[in-house]
Amino acid sequence: MNDALPTWVDVILVPLINLLLALVLSGVVVALIGKDPFEALYILVNGSVGSAYGWGYTLFYATNFIFTGLGVAVAFHARLFNIGGEGQAALGGLGVALVLLNLPLPHWSVAILAATVGAALFGAAWAAIPAYLQAKRGSHIVITTIMFNFIASALMVFLLSRVLLVPGAGGSPETARFADAVHLPNAYDVLPWLGFSRSTPLNVSFFLAIAACVFVWALIWKSRLGYEIRAFGHSEQAAKYAGTSPTKIIMIAMLISGGLIGLMATNSVMGEAERLVIDPVQGAGFVGIAVALMGRSHPVGVFLAALLFGALYQGGGELTFEMNGMTREIILVIQALVILFTGALDNMVRAPLEAAFLSRRRRPAAPGPTSPKGADNDPVTGTQS
Amino acid sequence: MRVMTKLMGAACALALTTGAAAAQDAEPGLIIDLGGKFDKSFNESAFNGAQRWVEETGGEYQETELANEAQREQTMRRMAERGANPIVVLGFANASTLDVVADDYPDTDFVIVDMVVDKPNVKSIVFSEHEGSYLVGMMAAMASETGTVSFIGGMDVPLISKFACGYAQGAKAVDPDTNVIVNMTGTTPTAWNDPVKGAELTRSQISQGSDVVFAAAGGTGIGVLQAAADEGILAIGVDSNQNYLHPGSILTSMVKRVDNAVYDSFTQAAAGELESGISVMGLDNEGVGFAMDENNADLVDADMQAAVEEAKAQIIAGEIEVHDYTSDLSCPAF
Repeated sequence: MNDALPTWVDVILVPLINLLLALVLSGVVVALIGKDPFEALYILVNGSVGSAYGWGYTLFYATNFIFTGLGVAVAFHARLFNIGGEGQAALGGLGVALVLLNLPLPHWSVAILAATVGAALFGAAWAAIPAYLQAKRGSHIVITTIMFNFIASALMVFLLSRVLLVPGAGGSPETARFADAVHLPNAYDVLPWLGFSRSTPLNVSFFLAIAACVFVWALIWKSRLGYEIRAFGHSEQAAKYAGTSPTKIIMIAMLISGGLIGLMATNSVMGEAERLVIDPVQGAGFVGIAVALMGRSHPVGVFLAALLFGALYQGGGELTFEMNGMTREIILVIQALVILFTGALDNMVRAPLEAAFLSRRRRPAAPGPTSPKGADNDPVTGTQS
Repeated sequence: MRVMTKLMGAACALALTTGAAAAQDAEPGLIIDLGGKFDKSFNESAFNGAQRWVEETGGEYQETELANEAQREQTMRRMAERGANPIVVLGFANASTLDVVADDYPDTDFVIVDMVVDKPNVKSIVFSEHEGSYLVGMMAAMASETGTVSFIGGMDVPLISKFACGYAQGAKAVDPDTNVIVNMTGTTPTAWNDPVKGAELTRSQISQGSDVVFAAAGGTGIGVLQAAADEGILAIGVDSNQNYLHPGSILTSMVKRVDNAVYDSFTQAAAGELESGISVMGLDNEGVGFAMDENNADLVDADMQAAVEEAKAQIIAGEIEVHDYTSDLSCPAF
């Protein structure tokens, strides 16, 4: 991606330094409110990856973030900034709920396929309107997608308090529970010997998330469509000249993006809640943006970044539970610092590192062309403006 | 089974050497719901109830705050596994989670506020918000000079419509021609904490002729009460007694004693008297009601108070039936 830095620095060292800086600053914040930062760090790490129990939740959250992160990443490759993940995932949840409540599905294996289709279709449909407005009318996708988040929440409230709720159940705005037959096996059912508890939320849709990673990798780097998406992302003019239709690419990239984000519902709605509640997304759509940024829009990076954020979510939950005075606002501060350093302040670390590596490379091999540091053609940092 | 638990509980208490004085099995637990501990409303009321119990008994309890929806089940189970007993959960959103969790911890008692869960180890505490709202609706219609009163809710969910429907019924019982304007603040959880929008909605309702506004919208209500005071109309507070916020401009508050629900649960559990089943906190047992104090004494004249007290007695006696919106998701008054 970037000639100035060796791959391992770009992919591993830079994010690690960013993470370290975020943690140091978080430690300062924790110390400022009068708590022991090292104890907090221990609880954070141990609570998220220190036991099968912690892993069960960490990977559950990570599954959500993989789906939303991949969706945002695909749009990034076409230089489209899809911040409508909240709405697309909520609609995905609606798709899953409608499929599972209305079709007599005999077994979870059939049900997950049907739910996948429902989730992807609804998520994609919710992305289709902003995509069309961008492609045909030039309405900026950032504005339209975020506005669609609000329309989605209004739609969900309407449907759940007027249409889909169970009559006579006291008026709780949620659908009925899905049938037992479509209960997705969780980690305890699949891998009982690993010590997961019976109630662990991690379920087989984790494998679906891994499959989605492979799919995105093959799509972006191994298919003609992926090439077109990337070409369009790098230069719309060049892509047009080469015969690619911008309308087509915008539509397809956004449909795939929305579909992937909608798939999150197979994990959160079908796998965990087993019913549709009023806000099934809980911010995962926005976390997906940070995940895609940190993961450099590559499936492997997205997977790792999703793991990190999953650990932060789970460890953060443990922290509020274990440490008196660690309110959820402090957890939010820590998570926000990580997002700030890994996403927004990425160049703060990257630029000096690039300079350092360039000067080191120049010294031993004085002659020869130094790699030109031209326009930053990274699809991640160069979003459409 | 019960004896076994007692023995184990006693062993735990000895091992920990805390709370050994009381003959209680375990510390009670309280799970604060989404929206936060200091929402000046529902959660805060529960927290105050727990604090009152601490002050009066010197006991200790476990408390945690939910940060997101997925933590609901996780937190409930963590509390149960840590030995908290009973565990009090707040809000309708917990019902179907508790329905599953309660089975797995048969020796732990749970208390759910605002919803019914039918399990042998769950006590369900529900409030008759429609009855309390009916009374303040009557007061609103009597205090109104324009014949138009209004309501501002948080989100358009059935629980809030239950408030609105009771309020409208009360207003129309005084004068069938009373115009009742109903607005909801928003569709995302921020609707419970958006005082600016609450104030805007109030001004818009004033321009439509309303001169008494009732807010059932959590933190959003603070903006409603403020705007009403600024514009010189009357307002009605909710959940806690909010009369003191703007003395002279708050007609009354529809109080919902969530604090009593928590306090009573903790007290009963310590005495070993917590019973499962449904407990309805209504007008008869002071679970809901309208608040009278020195801040609104000048606003409520003797006639008004007599009329409301009479209606209260009639509702308790079953002579007036206030329709509950959540029973059939419809309201005869609008």
